[in-house]
Amino acid sequence: MRACRSLLAAAALAAALGGGVATGGERASLPAGDFTPVVAPGNDLKSVRVEAFAVDRTPVTNAEFLAFVRAQPAWRRGAAPALLADSQYLAHWQGPLALGPGAGPEQPLTRVSWFAARAYCAAAGGRLPTWYEWEYVAAADELRRDARQDPAFRERILAWYALPSGRPLPPVGKTPANVYGVRDLHGVIWEWVEDFSGLMVSGDSRTQGDPDKLQFCGAGALSAEIRDDYPILMRMALLSSLEANFTTANLGFRCAYGASP
Amino acid sequence: MMPIVRTLLLSVVVALAPLSLVAIAAAGEAAVLHGDLGPPMGEPIHAQLTSPPNVPPPVHRSYPAKVIVDLEVREVEKEISEGVRYTFWTFGGTVPGSFIRIRQGDTVEFHLKNHPDSKMPHNIDLHGVTGPGGGAASSFTAPGHESQFSFKALNQGVYVYHCATAPVGMHVANGMYGLILVEPPEGLPPVDHEYYVMQGDFYTVGKYREKGTQPFDMQRAIDERPTYVLFNGSEGSLIGDKALKAKVGETVRLYVGNGGPNLVSSFHVIGAIFDKVWFEGGTHFQENVQTTLIPAGGAAIMEFHSVVPGSYVLVDHALFRAFNKGALGILKVDGPENKAIYSGKEVDSVYLGDKAASNQRSVAAAASAAAKGQLTREEQQRAGETLFAGTCSVCHQPNGEGLEGVFPPLAKSDFLMADLKRAITIVLNGLTGPVTVNGKSFNSVMPPMSQLNDDEVANILTYVKNAWGNQDAQVSAAEVAEIRKTTKRPAGAAH
Repeated sequence: MRACRSLLAAAALAAALGGGVATGGERASLPAGDFTPVVAPGNDLKSVRVEAFAVDRTPVTNAEFLAFVRAQPAWRRGAAPALLADSQYLAHWQGPLALGPGAGPEQPLTRVSWFAARAYCAAAGGRLPTWYEWEYVAAADELRRDARQDPAFRERILAWYALPSGRPLPPVGKTPANVYGVRDLHGVIWEWVEDFSGLMVSGDSRTQGDPDKLQFCGAGALSAEIRDDYPILMRMALLSSLEANFTTANLGFRCAYGASP
Repeated sequence: MMPIVRTLLLSVVVALAPLSLVAIAAAGEAAVLHGDLGPPMGEPIHAQLTSPPNVPPPVHRSYPAKVIVDLEVREVEKEISEGVRYTFWTFGGTVPGSFIRIRQGDTVEFHLKNHPDSKMPHNIDLHGVTGPGGGAASSFTAPGHESQFSFKALNQGVYVYHCATAPVGMHVANGMYGLILVEPPEGLPPVDHEYYVMQGDFYTVGKYREKGTQPFDMQRAIDERPTYVLFNGSEGSLIGDKALKAKVGETVRLYVGNGGPNLVSSFHVIGAIFDKVWFEGGTHFQENVQTTLIPAGGAAIMEFHSVVPGSYVLVDHALFRAFNKGALGILKVDGPENKAIYSGKEVDSVYLGDKAASNQRSVAAAASAAAKGQLTREEQQRAGETLFAGTCSVCHQPNGEGLEGVFPPLAKSDFLMADLKRAITIVLNGLTGPVTVNGKSFNSVMPPMSQLNDDEVANILTYVKNAWGNQDAQVSAAEVAEIRKTTKRPAGAAH
């Protein structure tokens, strides 16, 4: 509920800051498809239809976001209001228009709020991917569209969580491309999605069976279909802990393109 | 002006008549709940937190206060066993997390801070909280953020706290648990030492003591097959210099928790009988207890007085956990012998054989020389001697002479010196069945030592083949690697 309130309160302000031109990376086209998300859209609905869309092959980099804030002074560090980006927004950059040693141009952008990420994608002629779109493309490995049931695939993703935090992020595009030609979905950073707050799980994960305890804005019951898909449960936990103006050292984004579902 | 006067008056009342104060508070605030000793009084107090095995000093306070607790979540890489690294998720940088000590009736203003470098969101469920989730939903905190919530500690006792973020089992398995002690209003009887110990089970992809950085193994956790069962988050956390200490004639109080996530602890101190155990952390105590059960997510308080000097071994008496997964700690009692109570040999050298304080510098020096391709026989021997003392000497004895009829000798051993390949194979794969060494027959079992890496096996063999009158060439890691490659590694080989 908290996230709902701040979303409503800030949406108008974010829109007022306007759009412009941002450079986008290479895009991959994804075919439409039906798939079973870990969290079902409804009690009787196990499967969802994802329409064809395009998505950035790699996460947005520091250099790309620098070009964006050059064109859009309202989204520079220090200029963006706290309601739309918390005090750590772009804090690792040397200055509002300088990356410096803490932010390599090819490293994925982090410390970015949901509002800022949305503004960037809008300027690039796109939008943030939805949770289902992101899960759909991230279910793939190098050879299969859906590798989620493969324990080796899960282990590979979980291995990222075992790495100590706080070490420099690798440049984008260094992990193997999945079957759609998309990289870095796992093992580099967390990524914002458009409806991160609509899929909110309770802050206390053990109450998931109790519908009264669920804190979510969107419609539909929330129940995990694939209870042992720990990578996705952890991703949901992370997204659920966020407010739309939050930034963290491991959280970035990529854009999607095509009609909003 | 008025608040100050009132505070002064209250202090006087507190000093003179703490019991009537409770009555006043109760009358003023209609505090009818058991354990609600009225609104917080005096200046807010910042709780002093301690890292294990230390416990904060007694509260020594006669009125309910507002206590501010600042706890920082950090994800840190540390040693879980010698040469084995693991990424722990911690409350306060340690496993278990910082010990919190308050008084019944206190109002706790809890600040949970999640370090900016954290990958995961975290929260805290304190079993000492009365309220849904024990604070979990109110403390759900993204990396680089802070949450605040308050609760009144209505019940005395020692309580586990832990992270409750999805997947809960994984957060707990990575070390996210600790203890909060809620003292009764009158405090606890004074003792000479108080210590903080917490058991936990750990799940790594590599086997027990397999070197390197070991990731968390989700499947092993689901199957409840731990690689390590540990006190205070690492093998050796209560061994050697870090052993708990007391003197003869002193009273020791242990606060022992069990974080789990899966196992129940059969907690026992070898050679001691607990005078009192506040089982399950509750209000009543049992007397003269040998072993006390501590459930996952539970805790107990135990007291005993030390009479006879020596090393007392803390174990989970489910013994394979103690001797094969690391659930060992030492309480070292110094003082004059008391032969009337106990006279005889102590046995802890056997329990401690693996952990004997060793000069690991020689091992590191050998590893670095090997990496540069400049490893000398002397370096190998020095490293091998250290490794031998830790791994082999319990059976083969520090002088290499073994035990007659049980463990074969290595000193001047014809069996050892005759065949290097056979010696390497035995270290890697173990040996079961009859052998003849120096004309005497042995029929025993040596477990495989394949957790040792190639360098370590080469160093140990170079040492034993050049010690105690033996003389032979250096053994190279390449020779070990060659044999390791051609022999099938037995499952669960690590001894």
